Amino acid sequence: MGAQRVAIVGVGQTHHQAIIDGSIAGVVRTAAQRALDDADMTWSDIDAVVIGKAPDFFEGVMMPELFLADALGAVGKPMFRVHTAGSVGGSTAIVASDLIASGLHERVLTVAFEKQSESEAMWALSVSMPFQPPMHAGAGGYFAPHIRSYMSRSGAPDHIGVLVALKDRLNALKNPYAHLHQDDVTFESINETMMLWDPIRLGETCPSSDGACAMVLTNEAGGDAAAAAGRPPAWVKGTALRSEPTMFAGRDQVNPQGGRDCAADVFKQAGISDPFREVDVVEMYVPFSWFEPMWLENLGFAPIGDGWKFVENGVTQMTGELPVNCSGGVLSSNPIGASGMLRFAEAAMQVRGQAGEHQIDGARTALGHAYGGGSQFFAMWVVSSTKP
Amino acid sequence: MRDVAIISFAQTKHAREISDINEVEILMPLMTEALASAGIAKERVDFVCSASSDYLAGQPFSFVMSLDAFGPWPPISESHVDMDGAWAMYEAWVKMQMGKTDIALVYAYGKSSPGNIRRVLSRQLDPYSLGPLWLDSVSIAAMQARLGLDAGVFTEQQIAEVVVDARRHGAQNPFAQLGGTFDVAGLLEEPEFVAPLRKHDCAPVTDGAAVMILAAGDVARELSDRPAWIRGIDHRIEAAALGVRDLTRSTSTKLAAQHARVAAGAVDFAELHAPFAHQELLLRAAIGLDDSVTVNPSGGALCANPIMTAGLVRLGEAAARITRGDGDRAVAHATSGPCLQQNLVCVLEGD
Repeated sequence: MGAQRVAIVGVGQTHHQAIIDGSIAGVVRTAAQRALDDADMTWSDIDAVVIGKAPDFFEGVMMPELFLADALGAVGKPMFRVHTAGSVGGSTAIVASDLIASGLHERVLTVAFEKQSESEAMWALSVSMPFQPPMHAGAGGYFAPHIRSYMSRSGAPDHIGVLVALKDRLNALKNPYAHLHQDDVTFESINETMMLWDPIRLGETCPSSDGACAMVLTNEAGGDAAAAAGRPPAWVKGTALRSEPTMFAGRDQVNPQGGRDCAADVFKQAGISDPFREVDVVEMYVPFSWFEPMWLENLGFAPIGDGWKFVENGVTQMTGELPVNCSGGVLSSNPIGASGMLRFAEAAMQVRGQAGEHQIDGARTALGHAYGGGSQFFAMWVVSSTKP
Repeated sequence: MRDVAIISFAQTKHAREISDINEVEILMPLMTEALASAGIAKERVDFVCSASSDYLAGQPFSFVMSLDAFGPWPPISESHVDMDGAWAMYEAWVKMQMGKTDIALVYAYGKSSPGNIRRVLSRQLDPYSLGPLWLDSVSIAAMQARLGLDAGVFTEQQIAEVVVDARRHGAQNPFAQLGGTFDVAGLLEEPEFVAPLRKHDCAPVTDGAAVMILAAGDVARELSDRPAWIRGIDHRIEAAALGVRDLTRSTSTKLAAQHARVAAGAVDFAELHAPFAHQELLLRAAIGLDDSVTVNPSGGALCANPIMTAGLVRLGEAAARITRGDGDRAVAHATSGPCLQQNLVCVLEGD
């Protein structure tokens, strides 16, 4: 990291749901106001605003940051818009972190959102373009062959995806902000859902959500002040971005080099040599259940081919050695543009001890992970309860 | 702040329509040119940041494919903004402040020709109030011009003078789309397009792209005989609702110019991103440039206005002039949104 330390002193999010009956401005402002309240700040305390979201097409507003300047209290301030595929929520938080780490600003508000009810994301993603392979009915159709390939390589049995979905949906019952609250969910109920993109069942798929997430980031003085006031901050120990080509025949879409490099970079910055032992809790971007074992391997938590065994042995449950997605994850709430920032924010909530019923006791070090595109864009940060 | 300079810049010959090649094919020769000009291989680039709009490409995540122009293998540290390329440059500059990033490559592109840009830009408006009216970009700018004329902030004569200068400069710029010799009286005889604007008061519809390379400190000195150092940079935004703004002044530009410390020294020339002629006059006033300062020696956006790119081109044109020794201190400016809603101001200096 740069010369300046970065602290997360405020986190806010909406109650994610299929349709938030309000304006886009209302959605982002709700999350931002909650983050400011959590940080014990007001709008005038903020130096700059960084906003991110996935494609403008999803709400039909070109460069929505322009019309959201008022709602986010950005008038007269620098306002910055990030757009990096599904990883955008993570990339946005990293730009905000950079604005503090560089010494440019002292207090930055960062927000990410999506209002999927304004359109139909699956078909918005499926625009047929000349000279490009078609997406075939959204992201599930794109990712299903990657999952099938993972199953073939690793010998993972069919039920692993259902186990992941069951864990995340049960975790979501502990998170009041999660979109899906399926009180009576069971292995059988998920297993019996319709097969959408073989091997991905409906029950192993993320929902379409409206929602937003916001964080207030400060410099070291701001983090110290929050700690002194009894509001422990999360400290940023490392941030990393990686991208790789979409159509390059040499890339491995099951275990992408970009994800491996990004994880190695962020763990090195955080001084972590054994991620499985040294990371207490993980929020990873799992839009389809099978990506949990795939990313466990890609991020270096599990040996290659063993990710599914971690799932089967309960390692990633809240009671396991490496709890993953205690919030319920993307499988329980997917406001796309915000989903990456939710991972980053939930990681911060865990090390701040503010995750409520889905808190892992004593969590000190957490990874926030986001990915996008066809698994070629990655953003990650490591946050800690102690200063770097 | 860490010293960071623009050391290389490449742009397309901007045109009304570049229809026979796609965005990757437009960008690739520019990448090669910019890297060759800096004398480096792409492996030395520590960070890449780009700017584009899905609404121009007609495709969600359109930037995903254009990254192929750089060839990001092995995987690279990379980001993208849905703003003008000047803000991509800003993100790269921020990244370089933290010390580990020494060389950054920035690119931006926009093809307006496949759609109707006036209607496309109306999608920037508040989707609940103005957006449903499909109020187009030229009509909004015309209302701003009318307000300025009525308030006596500028005259039709002055607007025409901006166009005469821009076209004269454009004729000297091999990358410009428009250029030529005109006089004020002749321009004022042209029919109004969207009153009070005439066609020549409006930027042309343009396809184009640009690539820029930034380097920090000693690396910049190693790679360039005369780097264009970024001595101040800031950006500010105003409210979206047109009715709550004083459209005859650019308050966000004024604020950004103060934070970029424009007034700390004499300005030799300025590259201002004014898609409409009267906006150049508003920008001059907001930045505090007196009549002795040459504005838009490249011809400016009035001679080529690739959307998402024209602001980055202002930075690149100003830097290229500094590097050539055509001046020691320049102001470069970029804008986004209706009626100059969001503005970035950068001060560039030679050694």
